[in-house]
Amino acid sequence: MDVLELARWQFGITTVYHFLMVPLTIGLSLLVAAMQTAWVRTGNERYYKMTKFWGKLLLINFAMGVVTGIVQEFQFGMAWSAYSRFVGDVFGAPLAMEGLVAFFVESTFLGLWIFGWDKLPKKVHLACAWAFSLATMASAYFILAANSWMQHPVGIVLEDGRPRLTSIWAVLTNNTTLAAFPHTIAGAFAVAATFLVGIGAWHLWKKSDETGVWRSSLKLGTWVGVVAFAVLAISGDVQGKLMFQQQPMKMAAAEALCHTEEPAAFSIFAIGDVTRPDCENVKSITVPALLSFLANNDFTSEVKGIQDLVPMYQEKYGTNYPVDERLGELSGKPIDYVPALPVTYWGFRLMIGFGAISVGLGLVMLWLTRGGRVPQGRWFPITALAGIATPFLANSFGWIFTEMGRQPFVVVPNPSGVDGVWMFTAQAVSNSTPGEILTSLIALTLTYGALACVEVYLIRKYVRGGVAGVIPAKTDDGALAFAY
Amino acid sequence: METLWFCVIALLWLGYLFLEGFDFGVGMLLPFLGRDNTERRVMINTIGPVWDGNEVWLLVAGGATFAAFPGWYAALFSAAYLPLTLFLLALIGRGVAFEYRGKVDSDRWRKVWDTVIFVGSWVAALGVGLVIATTVLGLPIDANGDRVGSPFAAITWQAVLGGLAIAGYALVHGAIFVALKTEGEIRERARRMALTMAPVALLPLVALLLYVAGVWALPVLLFAGLALWRLWAGREGQSFALMGLAVTATVVVLFASLYPNVLPSTLDPAYSLTVAGAASSPYTLTVMTWVAAFGTPAVLVYQGWTYWVFRKRIGVQHIPAAH
Repeated sequence: MDVLELARWQFGITTVYHFLMVPLTIGLSLLVAAMQTAWVRTGNERYYKMTKFWGKLLLINFAMGVVTGIVQEFQFGMAWSAYSRFVGDVFGAPLAMEGLVAFFVESTFLGLWIFGWDKLPKKVHLACAWAFSLATMASAYFILAANSWMQHPVGIVLEDGRPRLTSIWAVLTNNTTLAAFPHTIAGAFAVAATFLVGIGAWHLWKKSDETGVWRSSLKLGTWVGVVAFAVLAISGDVQGKLMFQQQPMKMAAAEALCHTEEPAAFSIFAIGDVTRPDCENVKSITVPALLSFLANNDFTSEVKGIQDLVPMYQEKYGTNYPVDERLGELSGKPIDYVPALPVTYWGFRLMIGFGAISVGLGLVMLWLTRGGRVPQGRWFPITALAGIATPFLANSFGWIFTEMGRQPFVVVPNPSGVDGVWMFTAQAVSNSTPGEILTSLIALTLTYGALACVEVYLIRKYVRGGVAGVIPAKTDDGALAFAY
Repeated sequence: METLWFCVIALLWLGYLFLEGFDFGVGMLLPFLGRDNTERRVMINTIGPVWDGNEVWLLVAGGATFAAFPGWYAALFSAAYLPLTLFLLALIGRGVAFEYRGKVDSDRWRKVWDTVIFVGSWVAALGVGLVIATTVLGLPIDANGDRVGSPFAAITWQAVLGGLAIAGYALVHGAIFVALKTEGEIRERARRMALTMAPVALLPLVALLLYVAGVWALPVLLFAGLALWRLWAGREGQSFALMGLAVTATVVVLFASLYPNVLPSTLDPAYSLTVAGAASSPYTLTVMTWVAAFGTPAVLVYQGWTYWVFRKRIGVQHIPAAH
């Protein structure tokens, strides 16, 4: 493999991995802050126990999110230095803001929260929980602003062949960001919600102590999941319409739509090979005109297919890569404007499918445990625990879809923006040796794999321990009872 | 404006070296100062609430370099690829280890994570020193800012000296911090250890500064000497503050000798990245200035408050027996 492929695999692996931890942290930290608020306001011990139990799981997960995040920031300079030079004037600002405005708050107040249980007045301690959980959301906003700029560059002019920032406000209020933020945050809540539902249901089935804690957790998880799913659907619909205007090829790739259709049908399921854009041998179950609605809010609009988009892209952005030794094998070769269709087509469907399963599961669990009932069969806890994986999968497939769907670009041209601002992924990598990237790819993957085992082991241990495992024993001093 | 941002980045590195310097040191001294599990827990608890906040200084230094000097960020990070990979692995390991070591009650489990903290702290301290020395002393970069030569081009003897310099500083700084934050036997032991090892541990730092800036190494030597004198007199707080001045002087000397370059080219001075050449546009720098002008004081206030909340010394009697 060459540097480009290795660097892409590394970015993909480390990012998907990082984004397993992040949504759970975001969703759970806000829910824990809400539980603690309920405790401080009502004095009900059940909420205290919930805060402690879910807070412990949050901390186990939080550590992993932090350390894998450092890799993300360094990776741009290490493996994608040509990209960093090209976009640095614009892209670095939201990253630096994230650190200065959000991540400092997150780390500092989390430390205060962990160690401050007996040192701080109750309300100040609660304020620390809100500070770090809101900061996780702010973090997400800045990172999404950076990512959205790559999908839809705004707030710039072209100068000396590079984008130069002219309006930070435009970058921070990019409509792509405004749609991606609620979608991502709702995705994070869906993860946390299913986490509560799955573990709560398992404890109910186990007839563990503190039934009230598990019943409340299950209920909270279900309703948060329902709201999250509604927000996901609405914001996803807005994103679809933006994608139709901003990245028509990604839209077509999501559907593996070969020929332009008017009105366009939405494919639910395809049998056959969606790999190449002739699509002659694909049988697809479709809903008539639905794609037109997703793209343009009516049932009649035309949606361009891949075969018509390719010539348009070739005309606008060139037919061949420039002749440049840094492009390696791709130098001077024709540009393939079609993303990897099986990935985009199935990624899109798996995202929606797993998302729907996760919310459905919550509702089923709530129904099954209504009025103090608990199903006896072994299928019940197995389904509940397996269900925890579904929103994680939905998130991962969503990101894989949106990042693979913009290939071959790393910075996608904005059709209504400044001319000439785009970058092909192949132009973005560092002038590294394959050996360097292979070394870090292997080292990081092995480390991440080992740490995943440790995290799952610890979460399992603390889930099994239930409430009793997280309530600290009182010491004479009390000060360090919750410390390391 | 570019010069201002050069100073801001120096300041961020200073914050990082001053703060994470001692938490690296605590990790590096873990098996030497902590004789049993309780003592090691005392040591880890001195940095427990703050190490994560300390580490953010690194992220912000990196992010600010990306935003203000993309050329510098791209050239340095891609050229020092392998050392940075090792550095990241070390940070990952020790970060997770702090959180996970107390989560299972088993001697073997704790031993594994103690080792990770120890090794990770050493590697990270050496790594950050190596990267800072590299940017001050230069790299074989071409006109495009790309490294010429092997992946190990960044590992020169001067860079290794830089790694040892920061590691040695972190050892002394960490020992003084433990003396400041603990009580009882471990406090006394930390104090003695700082005093005995300082002449050797600080040697690489002095050598590096002499090599880079000649006579300007003297202020650092003076502050470090005063720090040891106050420590000897039993005034850990003053000693710790004086170490802060020593590292401030170190950063000032290193970055002043670098200016107006940000990354000199060892191939041809014409290829050197300069403050003016590697900087972002004035607009971006203005935006960043506003963010930093409001953000940094706030960070200093609430991080300062954290240290105030956890100002009490910790001793073995605070550690619950069974955990």
